[in-house]
Amino acid sequence: MDQQQRQAGVQRTVIRTLWVLLGMVGFTVALVPLYDVFCEITGLNGKTADSAQVISAQGVDDSREVRVQLVTRSGNGLPWRLVALDPVVTVHPGQISQVRFEFTNVGEQQSSGRAVPSVSPSAGARHFRKMECFCFEQQWLQPGESMQLPLVFQVDPDLPKDIRTLTLAYTLYPMDEVVALGGFRD
Amino acid sequence: MASETSQATLHSSVSDVAAGGAAHASHGPTGLLRWLVTTNHKEIGSLYLIFSLVMLFIGGSMALVIRAELFQPGMQYVQPEFFNQMTTMHGLIMVFGAIMPAFVGLANWMIPMQIGAPDMALPRLNNFSFWLLPVAFGILLSTLFMEGGGPNFGWTFYAPLSTTFAPPSTSFFIMSIHLAGISSILGAINIIATILNLRTPGMRLMDMSLFVWTWLITAFLLIAVMPVLAGVVTMMLMDINFGTSFFDAAGGGDPVLFQHLFWFFGHPEVYIMILPAFGIVSLIVPTFARKRLFGYASMVYATASIALLSFVVWAHHMFTVGLPLTAELFFMYSTMLIAVPTGVKVFNWIATLFRGSITFEVPMLFALGFIVMFTIGGLSGVMLAIVPADFQYHDTYFVVAHFHYVLVPGALFAIMAAVYFWLPKWTGHYASETLGKWHFWLSVIGVNLTFFPMHFSGLAGMPRRIPDYALQFADFNMISSIGGFLFGFSQLIFVWVVIKAVRGGRKAPAKAWEGAEGLEWTVPSPAPLHTFDTPPAYDPQTDSPSRH
Repeated sequence: MDQQQRQAGVQRTVIRTLWVLLGMVGFTVALVPLYDVFCEITGLNGKTADSAQVISAQGVDDSREVRVQLVTRSGNGLPWRLVALDPVVTVHPGQISQVRFEFTNVGEQQSSGRAVPSVSPSAGARHFRKMECFCFEQQWLQPGESMQLPLVFQVDPDLPKDIRTLTLAYTLYPMDEVVALGGFRD
Repeated sequence: MASETSQATLHSSVSDVAAGGAAHASHGPTGLLRWLVTTNHKEIGSLYLIFSLVMLFIGGSMALVIRAELFQPGMQYVQPEFFNQMTTMHGLIMVFGAIMPAFVGLANWMIPMQIGAPDMALPRLNNFSFWLLPVAFGILLSTLFMEGGGPNFGWTFYAPLSTTFAPPSTSFFIMSIHLAGISSILGAINIIATILNLRTPGMRLMDMSLFVWTWLITAFLLIAVMPVLAGVVTMMLMDINFGTSFFDAAGGGDPVLFQHLFWFFGHPEVYIMILPAFGIVSLIVPTFARKRLFGYASMVYATASIALLSFVVWAHHMFTVGLPLTAELFFMYSTMLIAVPTGVKVFNWIATLFRGSITFEVPMLFALGFIVMFTIGGLSGVMLAIVPADFQYHDTYFVVAHFHYVLVPGALFAIMAAVYFWLPKWTGHYASETLGKWHFWLSVIGVNLTFFPMHFSGLAGMPRRIPDYALQFADFNMISSIGGFLFGFSQLIFVWVVIKAVRGGRKAPAKAWEGAEGLEWTVPSPAPLHTFDTPPAYDPQTDSPSRH
């Protein structure tokens, strides 16, 4: 075979493989928003909406009861205590309920934190609607300060029938450092 | 061949086709500089193989630190922090520094010789791909001496362990992964360009040796998934240094996203480490059974199916993160489906052996060892694919047993088989049969002593990546440690065998093995620096491994 022809062939192959490579780079970048959209639609990662939702007006389904467990986690370097004052409530789908949480800064400095919610089983995440939640914004606490904040929520009647217990877990994260350093490394 | 002037124009082009680069090397510098600037596929192949052997011993020493610490319960020799660095570095070095470069080295040596090409399609790029690796692993190893230590988050570097809670050296780790990734991508482009364009006239795709076929498919896998790895480490870098929150739940990110991205790369990656091994075994078994490979076409299609399926099974590594039932079922069934093309391959190897005139030279011993023990690893893989069972096995030593069975007596044994198989071609001398048999049998005993008990300690609930363990696991761990040291030190025999063969030994003819087929056996042993400057004659009717 002719040398020139081979060289042209190699060039063509290299250019094509570079296009495939570029396509995969683009695909990788696209995976992040795709994952977010996918999770938003399906609720797969247990995330709930990050702003207040309107009340679903489908009426209350008195025939079913759902246990809602409220769990809190701290310990990401933020000296705060988060307590669910009503750790377990039983609600009917469609019913609007209010529970309270107590935030306490046990540290010696003013600090800022945020509680990030996660629902399990994740199939129930998009049926857990929050009308009012401290998790939509960050909180500031003086040393020793304590405050009670409400969560107003509704489990919508479309919740799959096999889900009888929903667990809402709040994890506390320090906020000021996240903004400043992009992580809270020690 | 080309004239001086046309060679000069070739040199100025990126696609420096074979002959030009090769002629260049033979008039080039001598001594160390020659190795630094070489564009010869055989020399670069040797560099890759030597590099991966060095990495095998570095990664292996780390494994022995792990096994020494686990010899008895309680803390004996190292701190838990250092233990974590050892498990992490052992994994990273073996995957990216030993197994992958060894296969690239074999590809460099053998693909041009098997397709009748004078060199790789892009010889200078080839040189660059190799020299990126010592830089990458120099950086990676240097992290061990930095403040806070090297990477300690496991070779899978799950965020946020590798971002929020990582040692300060993590940015160096990211840099080294980037460099190794670029090296792999460039190598893959080179291999694809070589195979698709430089085959000798008359050789169709379905006439190529299985090693060339499996490498072609592997190269496509590399091009497809290395950008994903590069993307995921770049996101880590940004999370650590630039305040983004891709994987940080506090900022609206999602740690599970990391796992999806990582395993979307990671699962094809495990096939990148095994497909060329399938190719090697598919050459060695017919040679020593003195029969043609059974089911050539089905081998090609099975390899391609495994590669395609590898893109839709990634979440089987993540069954316990809380996937919905439909996703768990999908990934369970798609994973089990891979057993079908893999079964086709094992069946074909056995069918090739059936009624063959088998002799048991060292390369054949390693290839047969591969078939038996890789199948054991494949079987435990099917067990792990079962979702309800995986909840029990997840992150236990059962997983460690599984992937070491497919990687050590799998990928590594295939590489050893390839070295024993082609050493006569490379050096002109046969490897010592006696020492080779010692190496093989001690390795088999060592590997099984090390990894078989891990199945039991895993089923009994011993978690992976811990420096200390409960007393009931003590006996199994002691056996594993004894086996580990036996296996590790047996590899010194291998080094001795290679050095001996380079220095001298029984002279090998061009066709070193009676039953061998393929263009590489038509050139003298040792292969001269330049082979196939003019494309060899090829007649598919008589030369193709797929002929009837």
